[in-house]
Amino acid sequence: MKYVEEYRDAHLVRGVIDEIRRRVTRPWVLMEICGGQTHAIIRHGLDQLLPPEIELVHGPGCPVCVTPLELIDKALAIASQPGVIFASYGDMLRVPGSGRDLFSVRAAGGDVRVVYSPLDALKIAQQNPEKQVVFFAIGFETTAPANVMSVMQARAVGLKNYSILVSHVRVPPAMQAILSAPHNRVQGFLLAGHVCAVMGYWEYPSLAIQYGVPMAVTGFEPLDLTQGILQTVRMLEEGRVEVENAYPRLVTFEGNRPAQQMIGQVFQERDRKWRGIGMIPNSGWGLRADFDEFNAEKRFDVQQIQPEESPLCIAGLVLQGLKKPHECTAFGVQCTPETPLGATMVSSEGACAAYYRYKRSV
Amino acid sequence: MGIEDGAICPVPLPHTERIVMGHGSGGKMSHDLVARLFVPYFDNPVLRQGDDAGVVRLENGQRLAISTDSHVVKPLFFPGGDIGRLSICGTVNDVAMLGAAPAYLTAGFILEEGLEIDVLERVAASMQAAAQEAGVQIVAGDTKVVERGKGDGLYINTTGVGVIPPGCEISGAQARPGDVVILSGPIGDHGMAVLAARGDLGFEVDVQSDVAPLNKLIAAMLETGTVIHVLRDPTRGGLATTLNEIAMQSGVSILLEEGAIPVRPQVAAICEVLGFDPLYVANEGKLVAILPAQEAGRVLEVMRRTRYGEGAVQIGQVLADSPGRVLMKTRLGSTRVVDRLAGEMLPRIC
Repeated sequence: MKYVEEYRDAHLVRGVIDEIRRRVTRPWVLMEICGGQTHAIIRHGLDQLLPPEIELVHGPGCPVCVTPLELIDKALAIASQPGVIFASYGDMLRVPGSGRDLFSVRAAGGDVRVVYSPLDALKIAQQNPEKQVVFFAIGFETTAPANVMSVMQARAVGLKNYSILVSHVRVPPAMQAILSAPHNRVQGFLLAGHVCAVMGYWEYPSLAIQYGVPMAVTGFEPLDLTQGILQTVRMLEEGRVEVENAYPRLVTFEGNRPAQQMIGQVFQERDRKWRGIGMIPNSGWGLRADFDEFNAEKRFDVQQIQPEESPLCIAGLVLQGLKKPHECTAFGVQCTPETPLGATMVSSEGACAAYYRYKRSV
Repeated sequence: MGIEDGAICPVPLPHTERIVMGHGSGGKMSHDLVARLFVPYFDNPVLRQGDDAGVVRLENGQRLAISTDSHVVKPLFFPGGDIGRLSICGTVNDVAMLGAAPAYLTAGFILEEGLEIDVLERVAASMQAAAQEAGVQIVAGDTKVVERGKGDGLYINTTGVGVIPPGCEISGAQARPGDVVILSGPIGDHGMAVLAARGDLGFEVDVQSDVAPLNKLIAAMLETGTVIHVLRDPTRGGLATTLNEIAMQSGVSILLEEGAIPVRPQVAAICEVLGFDPLYVANEGKLVAILPAQEAGRVLEVMRRTRYGEGAVQIGQVLADSPGRVLMKTRLGSTRVVDRLAGEMLPRIC
């Protein structure tokens, strides 16, 4: 496949790995932020090919994994109501709330539909004027433009039966939380390429300098990932604290300005709970007050739903890079993709699922 | 779930109370449903074999392969095929995968009130054409109608029988260390053709379903006199799930060569866009054959001369260590686990 195969070329990838091997003189701990990167690393077995000095820890960049329990419970409550069509990205259907998931709601008669884009949900709303259509707007900065666009279009065409349940999170505050933790081990970051395609990387240099941690904007194919690792290792070995762009074919410093402006018109920063991690100040987005009519939490009066999460789950430690999935006693035994005990096992981008699918006792 | 010690996460959802879509995926959830619910009631030595068709021995010593399959595909017509052709090929192939020559089929129709007669006739004609191609006859049938809204237009169940030739011992449990794994052509065509035909991808795709009867391909392979240990068609759950079943049934491991597995560029491209892995996408006209390494060259040559085997390639080998596992040597030279499909295959988020 053109424009993909080139970035999976074994010869080129090995060349970059050889260069990493030549550069590295001591152990380094790098974190890849994005769950998509975690999966690519494990799926292609890149971690097996890197020199032993490089330890990759997996970041919290899986939107499914970090969506807090209370948002899932709110989704379940809304989706169970008669007259509601609940539209969601497929992955969210499996995530356990308090005792149920969206698959259960659907099996019990709820109208839960998998869509590929919020604009599909908008179409469903236009075709079903007698129903309330709710889209589960989760994700990092990457999915924000499409979610915002659906609200703007709904307003433009005067749709009264469309709303979104927002659970948006942002990368920089999560990195700040990880870096400021007293037991932090991360010495360098691979920044999430698709997030940066939207947001650019102007938010990161101040963070890098504040914590003395170099970063490289990194893509998702083996060659992109190894290039990002190489650039980060080079900065670490040379004692430079900078933000470099190892994914220039997609990412610019400024990012997608029109998309950022649209996000700013519809969303505003707010505190967000992250599943397994807890509250991170200003780490998310919610709808601005003048878009209240599209706010599903207000339309369906579910704001009082606030369940407590179990303190036992180590998903939070996995999401912060403090534990590896297989260090959990339940991993692969009681906890598998069919009987997930935590969101990191549920989502196809979750670190536990990546380990389970590709890495058991290889 | 009495989990007492160690740090663990909350709330498992094994879906034991109601049927969810994942139970029909052909993956682990389907397998577990059969094992936990049906096997305790229906258990007998024939069923316990766990192959695509059941094998019964007649009083005269002949062995009969029997298989049944229900077809609920949506839409009814898709590029490369339709529910009628699918209903014939699916059952013909399941019978043929034990080395049997499928001869007779039955067909049961569940029709939804309001279905256009013209649609039904097109489906029947397509079934006849597929049956003729496969050399089988439909010898019994049944028709039921359900109220509007209680069905998806048309469901078809077919059952097929065929006689297994004497001495033929093909089964999912016969894979041996030292064998090689052969695949009859590129994977993922059917699943992606049907997905694209649903029209909700938002883009056009040039993919045809591979739905085809494979009994003549198999007959040609058997005519070489080669010992074939396993034949399977990787339908729901895809190649990965089928190979996992074989690895478990035979108590061996299978090592695949990532670069050797053929995938059409357009199928690979849609999978990339949607976040699917072609290894888990359904096929309806492909087979996996496992046989001794020294026979591979001869069998591949014969397969490549047939219509449905022209893309046949060797994709891996059977090993003795870590029984039940399927592993893959990646293009980069690393090794990873290839698990079976867990529940329903879902598109990714971003």
